Amino acid sequence: MIPAGFEYHRPADLASAVGLLQEHGEEARVVAGGHSLIPMMKLRMAELGHLVDLQAIGELKGIEIADGTAILGAMTTQHELIEHADLATAIPLLREAALQIADPQVRYLGTVGGNVANGDPGNDMPGLMQCLGARFELYGPAGTRQVAARDFYESAYFTARADDEILTKVTIPVPAAGTGYAYAKQKRKIGDYATAAAAVLVGTASASVAMTNLSDTPVWSEEAGMALANGDIEGCVAAMLAAIDPQEDMRGPIAFKKHVAAVILRRAIDSALSRRA
Amino acid sequence: MKDEVQSPEERSAGLKGLGCSRKRVEDVRFTQGRGNYVDDIKLDGMLTGDFVRSPYAHARILSINTEAALAVPGVLAVLTAKDLEPLGLHWMPTLAGDKQMVLADGKVLFQGQEVAYVVATDRYAAADGVAAVEVDYEDLPVVTDPFKAMDPDAPVLREDLAGQTEGAHGPRRHHNHIFTWEQGDKAATEAVLAEADVVAEEMVYYHRTHPMPLETCGCVASMDKVTGKLTLWGTFQAPHAVRTVASLISGIAEHNIRVISPDIGGGFGNKVGVYPGYVCSIVASIVTGKPVKWVESRMDNLMSTAFARDYWMQGKIAATKEGKITGLWCHTTADHGGFDACADPTKFPAGFMNICTGSYDIPVAYLAVDGVYTNKAPGGVAYRCSFRVTEAAYFIERMIEVLAIRLNMDAAELRRINFIRKDQFPYQSALGWEYDSGDYHTAWEKALNAVGYDVLRREQAERLEAFKRGETRKLIGIGLTHFTEIVGAGPVKNCDILGLGMFDSCEIRIHPTGSAIARLGTISQGQGHATTFAQIIASEIGIPADDITLEEGDTDTAPYGLGTYGSRSTPVAGAATAMAARKIRAKAQMIAAYLLEVHDDDVEFEVDRFVVKGAPERFKTMKEIAFASYNQAIPGVEPGLEAVSYYDPPNMTYPFGAYICVMEIDVDTGEHEVRSFYALDDCGTRINPMIIEGQVHGGATEGYAIAMGQEIAYDEMGNHKTATLMDFFVPTAWETPHYTTDFTVTPSPHHPIGAKGVGESPNVGSVPCFSNAVHDAFRPFGLVQSHMPHDHWRIWKIAEDLGLHV
Ligand SMILES: Cc1cc2nc3c(=O)[nH]c(=O)nc-3n(C[C@H](O)[C@H](O)[C@H](O)COP(=O)(O)OP(=O)(O)OC[C@H]3O[C@@H](n4cnc5c(N)ncnc54)[C@H](O)[C@@H]3O)c2cc1C
Repeated sequence: MIPAGFEYHRPADLASAVGLLQEHGEEARVVAGGHSLIPMMKLRMAELGHLVDLQAIGELKGIEIADGTAILGAMTTQHELIEHADLATAIPLLREAALQIADPQVRYLGTVGGNVANGDPGNDMPGLMQCLGARFELYGPAGTRQVAARDFYESAYFTARADDEILTKVTIPVPAAGTGYAYAKQKRKIGDYATAAAAVLVGTASASVAMTNLSDTPVWSEEAGMALANGDIEGCVAAMLAAIDPQEDMRGPIAFKKHVAAVILRRAIDSALSRRA
Repeated sequence: MKDEVQSPEERSAGLKGLGCSRKRVEDVRFTQGRGNYVDDIKLDGMLTGDFVRSPYAHARILSINTEAALAVPGVLAVLTAKDLEPLGLHWMPTLAGDKQMVLADGKVLFQGQEVAYVVATDRYAAADGVAAVEVDYEDLPVVTDPFKAMDPDAPVLREDLAGQTEGAHGPRRHHNHIFTWEQGDKAATEAVLAEADVVAEEMVYYHRTHPMPLETCGCVASMDKVTGKLTLWGTFQAPHAVRTVASLISGIAEHNIRVISPDIGGGFGNKVGVYPGYVCSIVASIVTGKPVKWVESRMDNLMSTAFARDYWMQGKIAATKEGKITGLWCHTTADHGGFDACADPTKFPAGFMNICTGSYDIPVAYLAVDGVYTNKAPGGVAYRCSFRVTEAAYFIERMIEVLAIRLNMDAAELRRINFIRKDQFPYQSALGWEYDSGDYHTAWEKALNAVGYDVLRREQAERLEAFKRGETRKLIGIGLTHFTEIVGAGPVKNCDILGLGMFDSCEIRIHPTGSAIARLGTISQGQGHATTFAQIIASEIGIPADDITLEEGDTDTAPYGLGTYGSRSTPVAGAATAMAARKIRAKAQMIAAYLLEVHDDDVEFEVDRFVVKGAPERFKTMKEIAFASYNQAIPGVEPGLEAVSYYDPPNMTYPFGAYICVMEIDVDTGEHEVRSFYALDDCGTRINPMIIEGQVHGGATEGYAIAMGQEIAYDEMGNHKTATLMDFFVPTAWETPHYTTDFTVTPSPHHPIGAKGVGESPNVGSVPCFSNAVHDAFRPFGLVQSHMPHDHWRIWKIAEDLGLHV
């Protein structure tokens, strides 16, 4: 459980960070909270010559809410997100989900940017961001571009981000007042990734539904959202079940996961509907 | 005298002796981060060792290339079996009479097996060295199923045993067979089964799991070339036995080996055995002349050092129509992995599995255990239980439930009518044990009343109706267990490990000013020996527990003993402590009589002093007596005040308990919630109630983990699937149930203070209790047996198979 040797860099601004990524190419990787990357390095599943630490880059920090939009700096920790009172009022779904990630120790260091950029199907925030219709801002040698969370994930650990780009912010439209919301997650214990998790937003005429760890990417289903918007809960569940593709692991066999996915989704829907004003 | 004003009761309370919830003296350093564990040991020039491990479960080793590893900066040496062979150390004896490869000798038998040992200046260089060793493997067919391992054409795992038809425990009848162990009366049992009103039959599997001490195994070996003395610090639950074994296998004279167990962060059986890491570190220290440290990572620990359980127990239980049990039959297939490295007394290759008649008066019984090799890690240790007692308790407590289902009887009542009665003790069991004492009916009634058993059953029935009406998706399960343990191994006449009798010891020295030091042959791994053993001495000789230092674990200073596991410390070393204290008290009596100028028989002991009979104002306190022993020339009495006792227990002790669990189960997700858990323990005389309660909480939490999710799982290729704490379930504070503890007191008649040991009862008793709760919830739908661990998907599968998801 000891990583191979590496060079450690701690740039103070984004341009130098991207410069380091360009200079060292495949050998380099950014580290945020380190709570996904460092375990991989300890298992020597990731062997990197250069680690570029983002924590000294001030522009990656901070939470802003203005004009119906919340902007989270990539280096916002999950703990900071949970503690932010205005954010909790504007988008309570974020806080409800973040509280179900890992444990407090992990959340003190784990970042929003790291969680969404990692590309691990077990991460909760990718599905959450898809449900919320978030956009990710990427900064690279060619400048800045935006990618919708719903277009970002390609397969496990593969995303639309190029190796020399850094995810800088997550922009989330604040849901309309009165929108019902819920994040439901089944896990084996505190600190575990989801057996199945569901993020649900339901307004008077629209709805959005995404699920986590039931495929090699998060699963946002437009059809499921539309069914729910029409009040068709069973149609929503059926659409989602058609979209997921769970694999057997220590959490259980495929049939179990499908069953639980439906149960958890129904629970999230019930809870979201009960909160809708 | 200043204490003259205190009453005997006040003086007694001031001693903090037996029965006092004295705070743990160890916790001051533990809670301040001041413990001294193996990994805290840092010696000048110390090197680090680390293993290259096999990625295959069964493979031939074609070649090992160490060149690149030796080129890594900081790497000094890479040991392979070839290097150990000239020393005869490439294999080592196991505690079970088998032998085990120290480093892979031509082949590997389990994933994670030690293949080469890299020695480097620090752990980072060692890890880089490990990554650079190139091993060429040729994979061989893998056997992970112990039943398939016994197929005639199953792959041969132990080529070293080719043609060997006689094993350490009798004949071997197949190339993957280790031993058959039989107890009881086969013919008589089969006759009873043939004629019984009712016979319930079931396969009860207790899955493979692993002890989970916070601290993994490790050691520091330091060979001093000048003095010729080897010092070995390690996480050893039996430091004296390790010294003897180290001497026997290395050829270093025993007086030139000093073994020290410093603070140990939990053992639970994992730290009883001798591991390749110890042997390689010793060799590396001899070769380099420098101290060498080896400490396992968590993955190393879960993959290679001793696992627990893995018993397939086929049972048949016979009874009359009214529910009186008439006979018990059990055949166990024991999966031992690649080597038989069980830690059991020599004559008991399946430990005390023959306690499987449990708390019940069963007139005739038969037990056979077949040990089998598979491509899994070796071990088979007693994970917080006396040798295989948890397996036995799980087996009988499941068989009772299975029988209750067959008889359509309430399982609490079925237990009640079959308990061994109080007047039957000492009780001879059909499988050869003599139970020392017990009062099961009293404990059972107390437990049922405490939880309101009848009300609970009514609530459960109402819930069931609501479930059937579609108003809820949650069922209630009520788990019952009455367990009987057998601990305190053990009488030297039938208990030894590698020929070392399982006595234990205590040496007490009283200092001139009346304080004391005591040393024992055991070693605390968190149990709080320094707290409780001082309490025994305090009550026996009237020196305050706070004035007694307690030391264990250094073989140069402590008397010889067999160590701490199998709940043996209190029954054996605790008895030695009381006996040594009594020797001191006897001498103190002579000194007191001399000082008081009366005959020895004219003084009597009172709390902390000897008093002249009939003249309470004339006395000598232990403090005065201690001083006198150092400064008076007393005719016929040697100076000083010390004693040592080596205690060979006349029998085991038999703690017991009644546990009841109420669980809510979600049939859709397989999730559960433990609503309440009541644990009544009878461990005889209670030394420190607070420590007992702590032991019960800890043991029950381990039991909860085992029953509800913890397992060592392999796929068909022998790949280890649960080698990290993400998949190996260890409950956090969040998952841990709330416990209600209770007790009765039935002292052991043969133990000097009547104590029986409690550290392991809660693991033994809670596993069947949690499991029975799960089974009980589904009993109305026809569930008879479903194997642990009862994690979410397996509970979901029960409901699915019973058609509860339509
Ligand atoms: C015990 C434990 C339990 C956990 N349980 C959960 C859970 O239940 N749910 C959950 O969602 N997560 C869980 N996690 C993961 C945790 O939330 C991580 O913190 C998170 O996945 C990654 O965030 P990080 O800041 O630690 O990223 P790092 O580990 O530093 O990085 C992860 C990856 O993202 C890349 N990266 C990071 N930041 C950026 C950026 N700004 N731009 C581009 N690439 C970037 C890194 O190069 C790396 O490849 C758990 C972790 C642990 C250790």
